[in-house]
Amino acid sequence: MAFGKVLDDKTSARIQRTVASSISRKGVDKKGTAFQMVLLTTLFITMLILVVLIFDVVQGGWEVLTTRLWGFMRGEIGSGTFPERLGVQQGLYGSFWIAVFVAVFAFPIGIGSAIYLEEYSRKNKFSRFIELNIRNLAGVPSIVYGLLGLFLFVEGIPFLTGPNSNGRSATSAGLTLAVLVLPIVIITAQEALRAVPSGLKEGSYGVGATRWETIRYQSLPYAAPGILTGTLLSMSRAIGEAAPLILVGATTGFLGSNPNILDVGSVRERFTAMPIVITEWTQKTNTVNEDVFIPSAAAAIVVLLVFVLLLNIVAIYLRHYFEKKRES
Amino acid sequence: MSTASTFQDQSKLENSIAIPEMPDRETEPTAAAAPATVAAPAATTPTHAVELSTPQSHSAFEAGTAQLEAETASDEALEQDEVPAKNLVYKVNDLNVYYGDYHALRNVDLEIEANEITAFIGPSGCGKTTLLRCFNRMNDLIPTARIEGMIEYLGVNLYDSQVSAVEVRRRIGMVFQKPNPFPKSIFDNVAYGPRITGLAKRGQALNDIVERSLQKAALFDEVKDRLNNSAMGLSGGQQQRLCIARAIAVNPDVLLMDEPCSALDPVATTRIEDLMNELKQDYTIVIVTHNMQQAARVSDMTAFFSVDVASETDTRTGILVEYGKTEEIFSTPKDTRTEHYVTGRFG
Amino acid sequence: MTTTQQVQHVNSPETKQPFTVEDLQMNPARSNRQKAIAGVFAVTAVTSIAISGLILWTLLAEAWVFMVNVDWASVWDIGWFPRRGIYDIKTLIVASLITTGIAMMVATPLGLGAAIYLSEYAHPRVRSVIKPVLEVLAGIPSVVLGFFALLWIAPNVVGSFSANDAGSLAAAGIGVGILTIPLITSVSEDAMAAVPSSLREASQGLGARKSATTLRVVLPAAISGIVASLIIAVSRAIGETMVVYIAGGAAQTAIYTDFPTEKGLTMTAAMASQGSGTDNVVGEGLTFQSLYFVGLVLFVFTLGLNVIASRFVNRIQEKY
Repeated sequence: MAFGKVLDDKTSARIQRTVASSISRKGVDKKGTAFQMVLLTTLFITMLILVVLIFDVVQGGWEVLTTRLWGFMRGEIGSGTFPERLGVQQGLYGSFWIAVFVAVFAFPIGIGSAIYLEEYSRKNKFSRFIELNIRNLAGVPSIVYGLLGLFLFVEGIPFLTGPNSNGRSATSAGLTLAVLVLPIVIITAQEALRAVPSGLKEGSYGVGATRWETIRYQSLPYAAPGILTGTLLSMSRAIGEAAPLILVGATTGFLGSNPNILDVGSVRERFTAMPIVITEWTQKTNTVNEDVFIPSAAAAIVVLLVFVLLLNIVAIYLRHYFEKKRES
Repeated sequence: MSTASTFQDQSKLENSIAIPEMPDRETEPTAAAAPATVAAPAATTPTHAVELSTPQSHSAFEAGTAQLEAETASDEALEQDEVPAKNLVYKVNDLNVYYGDYHALRNVDLEIEANEITAFIGPSGCGKTTLLRCFNRMNDLIPTARIEGMIEYLGVNLYDSQVSAVEVRRRIGMVFQKPNPFPKSIFDNVAYGPRITGLAKRGQALNDIVERSLQKAALFDEVKDRLNNSAMGLSGGQQQRLCIARAIAVNPDVLLMDEPCSALDPVATTRIEDLMNELKQDYTIVIVTHNMQQAARVSDMTAFFSVDVASETDTRTGILVEYGKTEEIFSTPKDTRTEHYVTGRFG
Repeated sequence: MTTTQQVQHVNSPETKQPFTVEDLQMNPARSNRQKAIAGVFAVTAVTSIAISGLILWTLLAEAWVFMVNVDWASVWDIGWFPRRGIYDIKTLIVASLITTGIAMMVATPLGLGAAIYLSEYAHPRVRSVIKPVLEVLAGIPSVVLGFFALLWIAPNVVGSFSANDAGSLAAAGIGVGILTIPLITSVSEDAMAAVPSSLREASQGLGARKSATTLRVVLPAAISGIVASLIIAVSRAIGETMVVYIAGGAAQTAIYTDFPTEKGLTMTAAMASQGSGTDNVVGEGLTFQSLYFVGLVLFVFTLGLNVIASRFVNRIQEKY
């Protein structure tokens, strides 16, 4: 029955041609085998690149990670003249606080937007405009968000974001990245909410629940794993992102002594973050202290990758686990 | 903005009309069924846009309150020598339902009495589920749905701007085609309604409601030892009875059932049908069914709906063909279309 | 208020009171709470519009200052030297196009090949391993690819056919390409998955071989989505910053070049390098504004590409 609809004239003509040529060919399908080999090769190359990349990075950072891991985690970003004191603590500190800002600002606003778009808004021009707008925001290059952050948080409200640092602080960086990941949070949360079975919502409305009660007690619990996956992925994106941080004035070079990671006051001081530390050290290629900085950059990458990939793997696992559970 | 204000004016008009209408009904027991009373509101039949979650402006609310007090006063005056009237639950007056441009249901007039089981039968696409979902404003959830005409519930216009769809659904319970228990424990499923509507939040009061509801739904004995187990582990028939218990738990007056047995086996179906006969003591029941035997077995009244195909435009619209006592519909139908349907010649 | 929210039964005459519209109203406190909550959600949804507005306003306001005050001869000059008042935009655009071109040369065959294999050939168990691995690749931060491009691709790949084994547009382009592989794979695989299986069955049922079915039935049917995946990848590649900033080889300034194995400065790298350093964005009068001018050009490029891509995606959604 569906056949008539699915096969338009062009397609059926194409199938006929295809069939005719296939049948006339005799013997082993050499072309087909070759095609499959080509496909397999592309997949193999892709996997190989991933392996080489990971291997190259781990090998580069191996010595630092195995001989002085603790010192490296606690060390200062400083100069290469004291390699034994070099470390990533300030980067970790900045990335931690950026993550906090993302969690505090992007998650509630993003999930709230998704709830509005999926559960409240009538599907009119305005809601379609918002959705189109979000889709476009997701495609804006990260460095443009950096320009926004520079203009808005650094130049715009330095008295709030960093009175002593001209606004160039972890606060500005965190707000900028919260804005950057907002579309991702919204889109993934929308997808999760869309998957809530209508029967569940109707059952709730049917006994006299309001829209919010239905969302709170039925939709959100059901969509929670999907929403969580989205928030984890956006968090991993935020802590790996570097370009906007450069523009909002992440400090490269010496940053003074290490702050305590829970020292809330210093989120309005000068800052750096893991990806910035890596960038800075990588750019020391072909300088006098190359031998100190490049292995340290590799080691810092391993540290960052552990965090980022852990978030990703948990998110991916969660999604697959709940997809399976839902299917059964 | 101008449409909104005329909308409110119209609803005020309706309420004022509703007052003189009352004596008719109460002095003359059969008047409710007489076409004369139908004529009054029909003359001012308003056009209603379906409002989601019925937002009310503050001033409209206050105006409504003042008006209500006046109304209540006149009601009290009338009450003095009241003869118990026939309990009319629903009065549908020239109802038209649209989904966007699609005219789903045309010119329906219908009255449903308390403590009776009314069955809606007819071929697919005839609008019987649509009408059922208008009865508790479930159609509000479909953004494109729109109604014209009037549905009165216990004398109150269901689509009045002051009426809250949420409260309507609390008073008018619904059981769906496919059993849809929440992915929670059996207890929490039944307790869900009482908790959110504030009937009982916790403790013995809630336990009592849950137990009573499950008993009414003839499920208690089967599940009393595993109230904390997930409802998803129940059989299809048990799940549907749980959904009935869930609906009963918020003390509704009416139960709307949308093909409640279509996903169930014959044994489970029989249990639900028996249950409906018991529930009839306490509730008014409206059931949509594809199964004519079921309608004949359980219902007191039957409404037969059909699809009217306009030949020139090839548009399909649901219409109410015939409504009457079930035995009459099945034995001596007045309309030939009904006869063809119940004798299995089409549909 | 005469009646409360007491439960009434039609059939219990002793409790029966006249039924009024009030009996069908929500408790005002509950009703107000619902409205307040709906309002909060509406406000959050408007945030995204505010952000878009702010991005546009920011870019336009500063870029406008640049465009009004700049000596336009300096926008078509020998290179990009913003601190000396030379803003040759073509240096940046050409560098961006070169890296993007190289990236697509790397990513298109690898990404599409992987997508076709996963969608049409792979055993479900193979799929369930490969797909998460690709998602891991998608999650790798771009600074890591920058490191890899500068310290592995530049000497081992680019260095093998050119004299330049340090940073170059080619090395950066390959790095960007690797970054976009998972994007192409996932979007075009989705498109192929959306092709109804009845099409494949129709073809195979008539005796067509798998490769023929794939190449002449599935791919043409999914072509909109595949094209969309490539356009999105181009947009992503043009907007990618860290790989080109780290591995492009040029810092802050660049002489015009259209030779891929030379060092160069893309639009994004120009913005990043201008923003870095302890003194941040200072220099000639319009240095700061030039940043926003480049940002606006980049924004227009990527937005245009994304709009075109979404047209293609919509087309496939309408079809099936």
